[in-house]
Amino acid sequence: MSAQSIGETEDTGVVPDAPLLEVDDLYVEFRTRDGVAKVLNGVSYHVDAGETLAVLGESGSGKSVTAQAVMGILDEPPAAVTGGEIRYHGEDLLKVSAQRRSDVRAEGIAMIFQDALSALNPVYTVGFQIEEQLRVRLGMSRQEARKRAIALLDLVRIPNAARRVRQYPHEFSGGMRQRAMIAMSLALDPEVLIADEPTTALDVTVQAQIMDLLKEIQTERRMGLILITHDLGVVAEVADRIAVMYAGRIVEYADAVSLYRRPGHPYTAALMESLPRLDLKGHELKTIKGLPPSLLAIPPGCPFHPRCAMAQDRCRTEVPAEYRLGLGRTSRCHFAEEMVGGV
Amino acid sequence: MSEAGEPILEVVDLVKHFPVRVGVLFKHTVGQVRAVDGVSFDLRRGETLGVVGESGCGKSTLAQVLMRLEPPTSGTAKFQGRDIFRMRGSELRKLRRSIQIVLQDPYTSLNPRMTVGDIIGEPFEIHPEVAPKGERATRVRELLEVVGLNPEHINRYPHQFSGGQRQRIGIARALALKPEVIICDEPVSALDVSIQAQVMNLLGDLQNEFGLSYVFIAHDLSVVRHLSDRVAVMYLGKVVEIGTEEEIYTRPTHPYTQALLSAVPVADPTLRGQRQVIRLEGDVPSPVDPPSGCRFRTRCWKAQDICAEEEPELTVRTGGQLSACHFAQEKSVVP
Ligand SMILES: Nc1ncnc2c1ncn2[C@@H]1O[C@H](COP(=O)(O)OP(=O)(O)OP(=O)(O)O)[C@@H](O)[C@H]1O
Ligand SMILES: Nc1ncnc2c1ncn2[C@@H]1O[C@H](COP(=O)(O)OP(=O)(O)OP(=O)(O)O)[C@@H](O)[C@H]1O
Ligand code: SF4
Ligand code: SF4
Ligand SMILES: [Mg+2]
Ligand SMILES: [Mg+2]
Repeated sequence: MSAQSIGETEDTGVVPDAPLLEVDDLYVEFRTRDGVAKVLNGVSYHVDAGETLAVLGESGSGKSVTAQAVMGILDEPPAAVTGGEIRYHGEDLLKVSAQRRSDVRAEGIAMIFQDALSALNPVYTVGFQIEEQLRVRLGMSRQEARKRAIALLDLVRIPNAARRVRQYPHEFSGGMRQRAMIAMSLALDPEVLIADEPTTALDVTVQAQIMDLLKEIQTERRMGLILITHDLGVVAEVADRIAVMYAGRIVEYADAVSLYRRPGHPYTAALMESLPRLDLKGHELKTIKGLPPSLLAIPPGCPFHPRCAMAQDRCRTEVPAEYRLGLGRTSRCHFAEEMVGGV
Repeated sequence: MSEAGEPILEVVDLVKHFPVRVGVLFKHTVGQVRAVDGVSFDLRRGETLGVVGESGCGKSTLAQVLMRLEPPTSGTAKFQGRDIFRMRGSELRKLRRSIQIVLQDPYTSLNPRMTVGDIIGEPFEIHPEVAPKGERATRVRELLEVVGLNPEHINRYPHQFSGGQRQRIGIARALALKPEVIICDEPVSALDVSIQAQVMNLLGDLQNEFGLSYVFIAHDLSVVRHLSDRVAVMYLGKVVEIGTEEEIYTRPTHPYTQALLSAVPVADPTLRGQRQVIRLEGDVPSPVDPPSGCRFRTRCWKAQDICAEEEPELTVRTGGQLSACHFAQEKSVVP
């Protein structure tokens, strides 16, 4: 297809009807003094308009690195993308010019981080930081940008937005900073929002407020939301689909209801069983034995085999393929079908 | 644990205020952070008392004061009937053996330049009567084994261990002096669920084996329920409700407890949209200038005039637990 035929998007590689954002077989390594850490080993996921994809997994499984690769903010070097594509409206962002990349980052895909304080600049007012993008990207005047910034702070329910807009980040509480960061990420009306542990540092009551807010804005604007978290409770509340990561791979991909009803991968099942419950006082919690693998030396065969209660001989040698389980579910376990089908 | 039930720690009206000072050369006090502001509870032998509440409500300060790492502003805390704040000399030394603390952050609470053996054995330097020099290495190996670590790793450094393993090292160190009470300040908050479960099971096993009593501080309400016999809910430096795990989780009476429990996301997508989450408006007020009367009134949906005028006492109101609300009423919020 020639670029001309796309009409209004002449100088981009946008493909009509392609998924909004698609990560396809992405490989990333970190070249460190101790060796090459294979951090992403063929990650694939996609998100469409108005949809929430949750990315779940243990610390170090590669959730943030995937997001950083999508945003084009990986530390390169030591990081290097060694394979795969990241397609935004069908256009591979790994192949576009630096200018195009930065346009997409500014206007198409936005990200919010776990630690709002370190993402906000302490020497500028919250308002200034929101207004700057509006002035640079949309050519708004000072007054226009200020009005818009106040409207955005209002949207994320910061009380007294007209006064707050002149304050510095340290004058905001943790929950308010997180809201300010959401306001900032929404300023240019992105199509995709990546939220990397947006509520992990917050109390449950504030967490509930922020998640409500994200959900509401997402529905209103038909944004694609990628929610990175290790909180199985939050995921159950908001996700349409869930990608479970382990050692730099998506080991299970499913809609929320099916996944919680019957996990298709022993790792997902073990995670759920190790969770203490609010509604009963349990006795012994099930645990996953051992430790997450070193990415410098990922175990052969199925990377989960040293910790898997179901592991068989073939698991130690044969890397499980991505098994399709119907309804768009996939699992990288040799016994995936037994997991979801058999009793 | 035959004596279970007898109080080992009795805390009465404990207060800890931090002065707020301004000025560069000549500092003067302009107010007080009322971090802990009149907290009372008993800890019984062999039991776990969970302490929950939002960030900044005073949980860690309470722990620090009970450890005598910070002096109290007022109030008493009796360990086996003796006021810990009046202890001196040998009695104080004995107290420092009997009450130990495990902290949240396994990454910063261990000295990176010391071997694991030195870290766990360090308490013996201060209390040589517990283990004579010749026996220390053996004792450290035993402790490593008790917490599920390989005794052969005695000469390794903290960075050679994972987060969960480091937390075990902290627990082994806390056990070294054979304490009776361990105060756990967010011991599993920094850990992944799979590792968190291992450490929680370990804490449970050790309690059964050694008859330990725990004050277990955490902000994760599911974790607290799992381990606790009784639970205290704190808000702005005060205990607003305290009762058995069952009372607090199934029949909470204080609006704050109800809001807190209702906000916990439940790991079941089929319940989505059916849960009644109580949305709290606004932020937690500053502990320098807390609201008059009931401290929760600025966010409470049930607040009346009396709530601003009269501070509700923590007392039995309905059900078995103590509740500090003029309008305490049982309400089940956990699905
Ligand atoms: N700048 C870096 N240099 C070297 N290794 C890195 C760097 N950034 C990330 N890594 C490694 O990449 C792996 C994946 O990290 P990532 O941050 O994606 O994990 P995560 O799944 O987001 O975990 P968490 O839940 O802790 O945030 C980890 O093993 C990490 O140590
Ligand atoms: N050394 C200190 N000087 C002044 N104020 C302090 C000091 N230590 C704590 N505070 C204040 O006392 C209050 C209670 O803090 P504390 O650390 O006890 O809360 P917490 O309940 O443990 O919170 P978190 O869940 O965030 O750990 C906070 O307002 C805090 O800022
Ligand atoms: S492939 Fe084997 S080791 Fe891997 S998850 Fe499945 S059963 Fe376990
Ligand atoms: S005393 Fe009043 S303000 Fe306080 S919790 Fe009860 S109803 Fe709410
Ligand atoms: Mg991360
Ligand atoms: Mg604390």
